[in-house]
Amino acid sequence: MFQNILEFRYKYWPDHFLGEILAKRWMETAVPVIILTCTVLWLTSVIPGFLTLASISDILRQAGEVGLVVLGLSLVMIVGGIDLSVGSMFALSNLCALYLMHVLHLPVGLAVVLTLAFGAVLGAVNGILVGYCRLRAFLTTLITLIIYRSAYDLLIFRYATEIAGNLPDSMIWDFLGIGSILGLPTVAYVFAAIALFGHIFLTRMRKGWHINAIGGSRRSAFNSGIAVRRTVALCYVASGVLTAMGAVFFASRLSSAGGDIGVGLEVTALTAAVLGGISLGGGRGNATKAVAGTFIVLLITNGLTNLGFAGGYNRMFLAGILLISAAIDFRWVKNKHRIVSRAYVSPAYHELPPAPSAKIDSGTVWALNDKLKDVYVIGEGEIEGAEDVILDRYDNLYGGSRHGDIIRFFPPDYKRWEIFAHIGGAPLGMAFDRDDNLHVCVGGMGVYRITPDRKVEMVTDETNRSIYSVNDDSRMRLADDLDIVDDGRIFFSEATVRYEIHDWPIDGLEARGNGRIICYDPKTKKSHTVIRNLIFPNGVCVANNKQSILFSETWGCTVKRYWFDGPNKGKIEIVMENLPGYPDNINWASDGNYWMSLLGMRSPALDLAWKMPGFRKRMAKRVPRDEWLFPNVNIGCVLKFNDKGEVLDILWDLGAKNHPQITSMREHRGYLFLGGLSNNRIGRYKIPEGQCDPDYVQYDRRWGRDTADPSSRDEVTNQNKIKKKVEA
Amino acid sequence: MKKQVFSQQSVVILISLVMATGFAIFLPAFLTVLNVVALLQNVAILGILSLGMAIIVIGRGIDFSMVALLVVPSGLLLQLVQDGHSIPIALAAAFALALVFGLINGFLIAYVEISPLFTTLGTGIFLAGMGQAVFFPLDVVPWGPQLNSMEWIGSGPILQIPKPIVMFVLAAMAMTFFLRKTRLGSYVYAIGDNPHGARTTGIPTRPVIVFMYVLAAMIATYAGLVMAASIHSMPTRIYNSTMIYDVILIVIIGGIGMTGGRGRVSNVIVGTVLIGILLNGMTILDVSYSAQNVVKGTVLLIALLFDTYLNPRNEDTAQQGDV
Repeated sequence: MFQNILEFRYKYWPDHFLGEILAKRWMETAVPVIILTCTVLWLTSVIPGFLTLASISDILRQAGEVGLVVLGLSLVMIVGGIDLSVGSMFALSNLCALYLMHVLHLPVGLAVVLTLAFGAVLGAVNGILVGYCRLRAFLTTLITLIIYRSAYDLLIFRYATEIAGNLPDSMIWDFLGIGSILGLPTVAYVFAAIALFGHIFLTRMRKGWHINAIGGSRRSAFNSGIAVRRTVALCYVASGVLTAMGAVFFASRLSSAGGDIGVGLEVTALTAAVLGGISLGGGRGNATKAVAGTFIVLLITNGLTNLGFAGGYNRMFLAGILLISAAIDFRWVKNKHRIVSRAYVSPAYHELPPAPSAKIDSGTVWALNDKLKDVYVIGEGEIEGAEDVILDRYDNLYGGSRHGDIIRFFPPDYKRWEIFAHIGGAPLGMAFDRDDNLHVCVGGMGVYRITPDRKVEMVTDETNRSIYSVNDDSRMRLADDLDIVDDGRIFFSEATVRYEIHDWPIDGLEARGNGRIICYDPKTKKSHTVIRNLIFPNGVCVANNKQSILFSETWGCTVKRYWFDGPNKGKIEIVMENLPGYPDNINWASDGNYWMSLLGMRSPALDLAWKMPGFRKRMAKRVPRDEWLFPNVNIGCVLKFNDKGEVLDILWDLGAKNHPQITSMREHRGYLFLGGLSNNRIGRYKIPEGQCDPDYVQYDRRWGRDTADPSSRDEVTNQNKIKKKVEA
Repeated sequence: MKKQVFSQQSVVILISLVMATGFAIFLPAFLTVLNVVALLQNVAILGILSLGMAIIVIGRGIDFSMVALLVVPSGLLLQLVQDGHSIPIALAAAFALALVFGLINGFLIAYVEISPLFTTLGTGIFLAGMGQAVFFPLDVVPWGPQLNSMEWIGSGPILQIPKPIVMFVLAAMAMTFFLRKTRLGSYVYAIGDNPHGARTTGIPTRPVIVFMYVLAAMIATYAGLVMAASIHSMPTRIYNSTMIYDVILIVIIGGIGMTGGRGRVSNVIVGTVLIGILLNGMTILDVSYSAQNVVKGTVLLIALLFDTYLNPRNEDTAQQGDV
């Protein structure tokens, strides 16, 4: 009863959504927006008449002007700098606009353009000093703050009377300042448009990503070819332009060149940006955060004034918020990955019957033996992590490596080797197609194809997005093994949609159906998900009847058959279940049966833990990761089974010296080649006489080539090619 | 390590000499005993502040709250005495306030790991706002006659030398002792040179950083007392002035690299003298306050450029958010 409730609860309550939502980028944007909403609600209840159109319009006018400044500052902060000179630039640009309009009587358009250009020049000074001369942003802009402010003081001393004495006679100018469309001020529309563009620019466009990348890690950005200095400098220029834009609206509204214009604006803007969640270290932020921060700060400072607090309190308040939000920001940035990873692991209920015994004297088919003791070792210390091994018809042996290469060993003794192709991701399952192209599943990348002349091509890296998934599951995180059916469709397993390749054992801690089988159709050149919610689907192999595939579920400890064609199309049946270990790749054997590897053996402790999701959740939260209870992936074996799921043979390495973990095996001309994801070698086991076909070459039989006579092999290929051409 | 032919300090001394000679030749008022004494007196307070800033900068930090810490605690002392409290209570309150803000700075920087720039900017503004809103009804806090018993801190010359200069010299000596002879002093250098390395070798970096900021707060308050005693009032408006840039200017121009771990008290003295000459010369030339700021700002920018060139930042040990 209790077990049933437990099972029900962990099956239907979406624990994993929480972690996935926390890991989303927009989570950080949501926080300031929520704070903003709360602020508005609070002020509405405290101040009567807070939400009237006049009051909203008034706040929008201010928010537009300050908001443009905040946007500029945010841009600079995201690129990893800071611009404290915004207040002084604001004052100077205001003066510039007023001078152009009031004294020189220029047309509005020209005056605005010139003012923006002026702002750009002011920003460029910062940009050159910080971007190109690599001065410290904080001190530099602090100094330009002083210089600009002093210049402003000197200039108003000269021009203030002239500006106050003349008034421009321009409808458009007045419209910029005090006009409104549909009851909302002009500046609000401009601000909204720029903020919207800014958001798209920063989150969706190449240059915006460059800015984020530089802020995230300047050196890495430089190494990946981004023009760091220029981009940084341009951000300061943009900050100057946006500030000048705010100043234009301010000038047209108030026509004032007072001494305290823009004083302390940098603190307001900085508080707004930090409160919005734009990190001080750079690399995190977008326009929405800046807008939300602006509104919060303005609403609260206005609210405080309304409530009758003096200027000193306002200052204390701003500084207080600045410090608190900076503290939260620094702690969050530092600990985010820890919090997210704790909330991310969400174990599910997974029940298995007691595992069959594999003791030597147990009398079961699983009984331990020592058949793999004397395997021939290939490439010891020269290859790392060959998850799958494969042989072509010329007896060359291929294995993936952890470093993102596919390594080719040459017959007859496989001592000589070369890098066949460099892929970049970790190569996992492999298969040859009819034309000798090597298809490889690459962790984190998808399915790739290497032609015989070593060209690497992408086959597929995208499938259809599921509606109910929080994580974007259209990208492939961990394509694991594949096989190609007669009409060229590729069926491949994606072990989990929640973890990257190096975290794959953590998926075993969850034991939820996070995996899936995907089908790539060469006719449409598209992939779609065929089966969902599989518990770490791993090996995939076309069955003898050519109408179904066999696939293993590693943590499910089962082997299943999926009919993709024929009368049973779409059906899934169980071939083997309750295996004593975790099944991995499946391949053909020369006698019409199948080889399969177990990458590790089950343990009673983990079997029990799988029935206790709460326990595993607590473990993930409280115990450091390297002390978690992981599945055993250190002792494995190879077994042979038939279409009915009966185990026919089993090969163990008793001391686990040569092959502690076996993830794949491939039969070739009387030998069985063994690979392991965490092994530093490939093994070759001589299959005893009479148990195999000594001339068996998997992909010759698979694609129907005659391989009895080795000397005729090239002719066969040629004939096939000629046949094909004729058919075409 | 490559031996520098021209150390920054000798360059600064050279520039000071050239400027002093220039002023002496072209400005007859410059090279009089009275003016030289006045010059030194004017920068003595700046010099004391710069000593505090020097410790922080050597420990790879910066403290923007120093001017607020100069103004508000000493202003509080004056205000409390004004309001009829006894001097010991007022003194205790002033130093307690400074201690609290030093601790807040240190805590936020060392434990919460906010960059020093933001922390001290924030606490400085907070403290200034607090003074404005809570403590001081007037912009200038007057020196009450009850305080005359502690007037000696800032006024009454010794051997014709004005008190602030004496106090500066005393502070400089104490600071030299601290930095060169005590274990804590060498910890400050170690932390400034390589914070991670210092931590790895077992130096309690966090408490030491807190101590640094508390010490700076105390020095600022001391400077404030000297200032109040010497001018017989505390003009609280100066936290809106550009004083903090003068302090940073002294530290950087004196040759204490912003990257930390380098510099001595002599650097501060040299920087103070140079800034003193610069400010004094401009004042005699009747350059307006704003124009002086432009000149100072430009000089500071050039100093920063040189500092960046001479002490390039090591990106591996730079702190996150250290802009």
